[in-house]
Amino acid sequence: MSETLHEARLVVNGVPHTVRVPARRLLADCLRHDLGLTGTHLGCEHGVCGACTVLVDGRPMRSCLLFAVGVDGAEITTVEGCRSADGGLGPVQQAFQDCHGLQCGFCTPGFVTTITAWLREHPDPTEEQARQAIGGNLCRCTGYQNIVASVLRAAELVREPHHGPAGGASVPRP
Amino acid sequence: MMRRMKPPVFEYHRPGTVAEALAVLAEVGHDGKVLAGGQSLVPLLNMRLAAPRHLVDVNWLAELDEVGCGPDAVRVGALARHARVEHDRDATAAIPLLGQAIGDIAHATVRNRGTVVGSLVHADPAAELPAVLVLLGGTMELARAGDGGRRELAAADFFLGPLTSALHPGELATAATFPRPPAGAGSAWVEVARRHGDYAICGVGALVELDQGLRVAAARAALISVGPVPVPVDLTDALGGRPHDDADWAAAGRLAAAATDPEDDIHATAAYRRHLAGVLTARAARAAAAHAARRLEAAS
Repeated sequence: MSETLHEARLVVNGVPHTVRVPARRLLADCLRHDLGLTGTHLGCEHGVCGACTVLVDGRPMRSCLLFAVGVDGAEITTVEGCRSADGGLGPVQQAFQDCHGLQCGFCTPGFVTTITAWLREHPDPTEEQARQAIGGNLCRCTGYQNIVASVLRAAELVREPHHGPAGGASVPRP
Repeated sequence: MMRRMKPPVFEYHRPGTVAEALAVLAEVGHDGKVLAGGQSLVPLLNMRLAAPRHLVDVNWLAELDEVGCGPDAVRVGALARHARVEHDRDATAAIPLLGQAIGDIAHATVRNRGTVVGSLVHADPAAELPAVLVLLGGTMELARAGDGGRRELAAADFFLGPLTSALHPGELATAATFPRPPAGAGSAWVEVARRHGDYAICGVGALVELDQGLRVAAARAALISVGPVPVPVDLTDALGGRPHDDADWAAAGRLAAAATDPEDDIHATAAYRRHLAGVLTARAARAAAAHAARRLEAAS
């Protein structure tokens, strides 16, 4: 059966792409299968686990609950776009390494994108705020203590002048 | 390369104006479904619990992307996301209950995309906003193609059952209007969920009006997850005439619990839900009365 294809233009991590996809192609699957950006992980595929979170025009959203055609024209930031300007680890990624914020790493991309966006509005969070920030992301192996520590460490790194904004200079702001 | 797709096949429509959207919806009728934020619809598609033949994407209808604060009400257009309303200072100053309740809807990530009107149309018995609209006596604006195709429906007539509203096939909900509570009113939202952001096992919104002597003039509540639609309860019989900080809150809770008819499910027994209805109503009414007193004192 041939399905109608639709064109969608997406700017992903600063790089423009035009894809031709069925309307039902989820943004997450488009990123992974059409664009080869496999950093975005799919866990539950119904909006509960948070693993697939990406930034759409700077705002965290579940990419398993968006159609690629539905965000035609948007700027998307995935975990691959959360690196630092020089290509190394971005401040949130560095903080996860510093604080042992991941074990298997499956959920980590969703945490990194969520925290990257959140730190812009909460540059100096309390531990309680850090816990609330990650309330929509599930981790099944590391446990949350080290991830909360990673949020606080990332905030420190972002505040250091040589790190600059979370996720480098290319992440669009809402 | 494998090209995987969880949702079933549908035909995609992207109208550029409300008139175009209504024309498409009229044409596809029963086979059509409106896609707004998609935070409830897309999970249903991914699990293949729903398979509409046509999806009408209203995300390009800029004319529906508005939050208007009038002297009497806050009008929320069909494309206003939860996060926008939650952080709209004018809207939440006019109706604090909006901010109080929206903060308990799922997680911030979901609120960045999900819409207020979409949540109302979805009519989930565990959702917060239907109860808010019922509690405030709000209305839905519904439109369909053709002359005289617009109608307004009171919240009490809009929610018919679980995931069932009075929206007809071919109709588009274009806005919801939340009336401003009277001066001297305070509100509160409380709910219990297994984890923050999960669907509530029971949730209660309360609105308490005080007179100039800080005594309860009127009080009412609306409860979720304890019936097929939001359950409104008038609490004035239990609280009326009492001082704002010394009323029989437990009696208000008993009134609310008696008005509910919850069912057992995997998350909670009916008895536990009814227990929560009482406890949370007492808590919400007390908090709403305190809120009203603070607002009156601040205004004087």
